[in-house]
Amino acid sequence: MFYREAGQFRTSYAQDSQIFPLRQDRIGIAIILMAAVLLPFVANAYWLSAILIPWLVLSLVALGQNILMGYAGQLSLGSAGFMAVGAFACYNFILRVEGIPFVVAVALSGVCAALVGIVFGLPSLRIRGLYLAVATLASQFFIVWALDKFPWFKNYDPAGVITAQPIVMFGHNFASPREKYWVVLVIVAALALLAKNMARGSVGRGWMAVRDMDVAAEAMGLSLLRTKLQAFAISSFYCGVGGALFAFAYLQTVEPSAFTIELSFRILFMVIIGGLGTIMGSFLGAAFILLMPIFLNVSFHGVFGQSVDASVISAVEQVIFGVMIIAFLIYEPLGLARLWQLTKERLRLWPFSH
Amino acid sequence: MQNFWFFIEVLVGGLLSGIMYSLVALGFVLIYKASSVFNFAQGAMVFFAVLTFVGVMELGLPFWAALPVAIGVMVLVGMATERFVLRPLVSQSEDTLLMATIGLSFVIEGVAQLAWGVDVRNLNLGIQDEPINWVMDKTGMLISQLDITAGIVASIMVASLALLFSRTKVGRGLRAVADDHAAALSIGIPLKHIWMLVWATAGVVALVAGMLWGARSGVQFALVWVALKALPVLIIGGFTSVPGVIVAGLLVGASEKVVEVYVGPKFGGGVEVWFPYVLAVLFLLVRPEGLFGEKIIRRV
Repeated sequence: MFYREAGQFRTSYAQDSQIFPLRQDRIGIAIILMAAVLLPFVANAYWLSAILIPWLVLSLVALGQNILMGYAGQLSLGSAGFMAVGAFACYNFILRVEGIPFVVAVALSGVCAALVGIVFGLPSLRIRGLYLAVATLASQFFIVWALDKFPWFKNYDPAGVITAQPIVMFGHNFASPREKYWVVLVIVAALALLAKNMARGSVGRGWMAVRDMDVAAEAMGLSLLRTKLQAFAISSFYCGVGGALFAFAYLQTVEPSAFTIELSFRILFMVIIGGLGTIMGSFLGAAFILLMPIFLNVSFHGVFGQSVDASVISAVEQVIFGVMIIAFLIYEPLGLARLWQLTKERLRLWPFSH
Repeated sequence: MQNFWFFIEVLVGGLLSGIMYSLVALGFVLIYKASSVFNFAQGAMVFFAVLTFVGVMELGLPFWAALPVAIGVMVLVGMATERFVLRPLVSQSEDTLLMATIGLSFVIEGVAQLAWGVDVRNLNLGIQDEPINWVMDKTGMLISQLDITAGIVASIMVASLALLFSRTKVGRGLRAVADDHAAALSIGIPLKHIWMLVWATAGVVALVAGMLWGARSGVQFALVWVALKALPVLIIGGFTSVPGVIVAGLLVGASEKVVEVYVGPKFGGGVEVWFPYVLAVLFLLVRPEGLFGEKIIRRV
């Protein structure tokens, strides 16, 4: 009844090629964005710094992983390695370039991660599927080892764990959780919009052609070299920016041991559960993976009263994750994003059933 | 002369640890050969198998009674996997099945920790992880008895599994199922039984591998990551080849140790973490199907 396109006419090319053609969608997005911006005034510091900021940052990384796995079909297990590149690059840029604005440092570190991504994406031109996953594992282990062993990256710091510098832009130090949240929100929202546009443009169509059948895509004239390396580059850019934000806005430290293979697997799960090949899915999946442990913790305490041993909770968490992944793959392989899409389709028809 | 013997010691140590990798990789190959599924959960199965074995022994059963109990549990795990994970996903793409086995690995790891707790346990197989005395006296090399035993056990398993696949009727059935499920069904090969057999065998292989690894470095959660080390072995050897697993295991083990000992100190060590993977990637660029694997043919 409310979610109809009746009466909305598109009279120009610009209107026709909008991301959100329905007025209701545009209103919805505007409300969500406003809520996101105004949230710090109602949320407390714990929610901001322990839940919302990591959610945004990990959604960004999941977005990068989604671009590589969901749109371009290249199985990758190395996202945490590219995050590490981004984090260390950001640290080094801020350290060595006097007065560089934080956003510029983050962008440059994304570019560094993209270059590394291209190098480690070269095997994708010859190998596919599981083999490529193993090659990306090679990148993950090698990058973390290299960042650890060559002390130049850590500025010869003897302790091995570097504190991230404060976020300084235009002379202002974004120190409080609220300000950090806004910086992260702006960056993530801008990059998500960029990703959405890429995905529905010729770039994204090229990726999807490569995903579906790359031999046919090449036969059609699509340059596999350019498309695959582009996918790796852009995905690594997102992971790198995400890594820089992860270190500077969330962890406040820059260390290789924060970017382990377990993190790569977590991001993989975010993408699978959220929905491969969707932008929304990255956000939903990240929320699910982040909130599930907290939800389990709270419900365990509620049901069992006194605190249960942490290892028991984490073991149950693992079992539930595994079961959810299998369940999603069996019943809804397209993930939470598909469930959201089905909901929207139902809403479009409501109150009618068809 | 001393340097030469040192090199031989490093080499032999690497070869033997390579055989241990191939034991783990053998489980992967078995399942892949029979159902074209890459079982990411093999590492978790290794861990769960040996943990069950040790846990049952702690509950009072002697060695020779705990062994069939552990085997039985692994058979049950295999049957449950086939029933609840593989059968619903029977015609999905390889990537989907791979991700399902990743999920399965999480489930098995979690259940292992819930059932048996998180403590590190020791496993005493009666064979000490000590150098063989007469070798040490003659040449100064330190070669562990445990490693040699593991090598012999692994060789026996590989030989018998290779014979199973190539000479027996059951083996032919397994290979037929791996090639094409539907075709195998249509000529009357009992798919469910074959899969249960395969997963049960993989469980037994996992148990043996787990026991040897556990005796070497203790039964702890880190055992799960050993399976990740088996991936380069699989890639270099080819996913479908049982002898390939041994050759590749030897190659990976030897090269890893030699590079770590001779090149590692220049970088502060830790080279063996990533070297096998880079080696595997280089192999892939030249020979995508591995040394002994079947050629990958893709049709459009």
